[in-house]
Amino acid sequence: METKFKIKNLNLYYGNFQALMNIDMEIYENKITALIGPSGCGKSTFLRTLNRMNDLIPNVSIEGTIKLDNKDIYNKDYDLIELRKRVGMVFQKPNPFPKTIYDNIVYGPKIHGVKDKEKLDYIVERTLKEVALWDETKDRLHKSALGLSGGQQQRLCIARCLAVEPEVILMDEPTSALDPVSTSKIEGLLEELTEKYTIVIVTHNMQQAGRVSDYTSFFLNGKVIENDKTEVIFSNPKDKKTEDYITGRFG
Amino acid sequence: MKIKNIIFYAILGILALLTLATLILIVGYLLINGLPHINMEFLTQDPKMMGKEGGIFTIIVGTIYVTLVAIIISTPIGIAAAVYYTEYAKEGIIVQIIRFFTEILAGIPSVIFGLFGFAFFVVFLGMGWSVISGGLTLAIMILPTLIRATEESLKTVPMSYREGSLSLGATKWQTIVKVIIPCCKNGILTGMILGIGRAIGETAAVMLTVGGALKLPTSLFDSTRTMSVHLYMLSSEGLSQEKTFATGALLIIIVLIINTTANFISSRLGGNNGN
Repeated sequence: METKFKIKNLNLYYGNFQALMNIDMEIYENKITALIGPSGCGKSTFLRTLNRMNDLIPNVSIEGTIKLDNKDIYNKDYDLIELRKRVGMVFQKPNPFPKTIYDNIVYGPKIHGVKDKEKLDYIVERTLKEVALWDETKDRLHKSALGLSGGQQQRLCIARCLAVEPEVILMDEPTSALDPVSTSKIEGLLEELTEKYTIVIVTHNMQQAGRVSDYTSFFLNGKVIENDKTEVIFSNPKDKKTEDYITGRFG
Repeated sequence: MKIKNIIFYAILGILALLTLATLILIVGYLLINGLPHINMEFLTQDPKMMGKEGGIFTIIVGTIYVTLVAIIISTPIGIAAAVYYTEYAKEGIIVQIIRFFTEILAGIPSVIFGLFGFAFFVVFLGMGWSVISGGLTLAIMILPTLIRATEESLKTVPMSYREGSLSLGATKWQTIVKVIIPCCKNGILTGMILGIGRAIGETAAVMLTVGGALKLPTSLFDSTRTMSVHLYMLSSEGLSQEKTFATGALLIIIVLIINTTANFISSRLGGNNGN
């Protein structure tokens, strides 16, 4: 089992407020890692350190190292564009661009220099098939993506992310804005995606973490309390706080 | 208490009606006196005898030229400034100062712009009374309108679009050009139309920089005359009551059409559904 991300002694501050404390974690290739914990525990913040989306927020400072394939992504020489190309992200609320379905998907590849029409057509078909959206959209590829339902929009966002051929996909509560049917579709999708991709998913929903993930990390107040195989966390947690949280005693 | 309320409502209602009545009176008066004299001959023929006879064809062309030059120059500058304010500049003393001066620019009487245009473009840069001098002057004048409209519309673009684009490995510049500005095209268009409206109606600034030639302008460096200037000349020199009202009516029709279009675009098409 290969390690994709190796996080060591990570601390993150918003101004004077410390949001993440001494995080050590490994994220394994072609596995699904779930980050669980109550609101405000730092799991989304942590997720966003992995593709450096926190760089957008003023006054954030970070200590420690995050290595992707043994290279520190916070090193000055690390190419941010390359990082975001390799580490894609799907957000909490579906955020397709106000463009056509086709243009949403080819946006990434075009930015990275793919110009050939046939190749772009192929990418659109491949990614839409990967997210099981092809049959629903093949006749309306050139209609606005905003006309899709919430669940379809989220699957389109996943397809858009897959179009740049990332190695890792970060998902920030990708189903929290969706209905149960769309949620189960996306959960089914995750399993298939692990054949090619490494997935890190933040979720509020404990059952979801139990259903889909191979590894689970429990966050509380900016610290990782426990970090293990999902079945261990859910059946035999070592820490009392983890047990309290997954049995629903707080959170 | 009740009576107070009724009186208050009545006063407000009367004042509102008064405003509306003034508008209807002005527009109606112009149209009644002007419309009968607007015909094919008026629209398609050159003015003769200083505008006493003939039509206003060359003047319509001149108006279009000057306005087009103004909008073509000011649109890219306005968009660039607005993008700088909202996407790049950090809120701070410098941006506040620039913004303050932009606001002042919006409040300066147009004749001052004319004076500046005359001194700078016409005399100092030696462009003479010309389409280009007038266009540049008007471009500066309508810049605040454009910047404001673009800025307002940039601010309504959700953060999630920026995040979505950046997370795919796009640079900030690519995000702005390919996602954010396309989202704002309605806002920018509204700003352009309002700017055009202001440029078409402008008299003093144009008179001082474009001059008042009646012949058809064939280059950017020809002097010409816009409809507002023509209207002013006709009425101040008492050349022709008919032609004055006809020009005025045409002008107000154009301005009304432009404003209605702007309203339509900003309300119907909304801010950010670039579909």
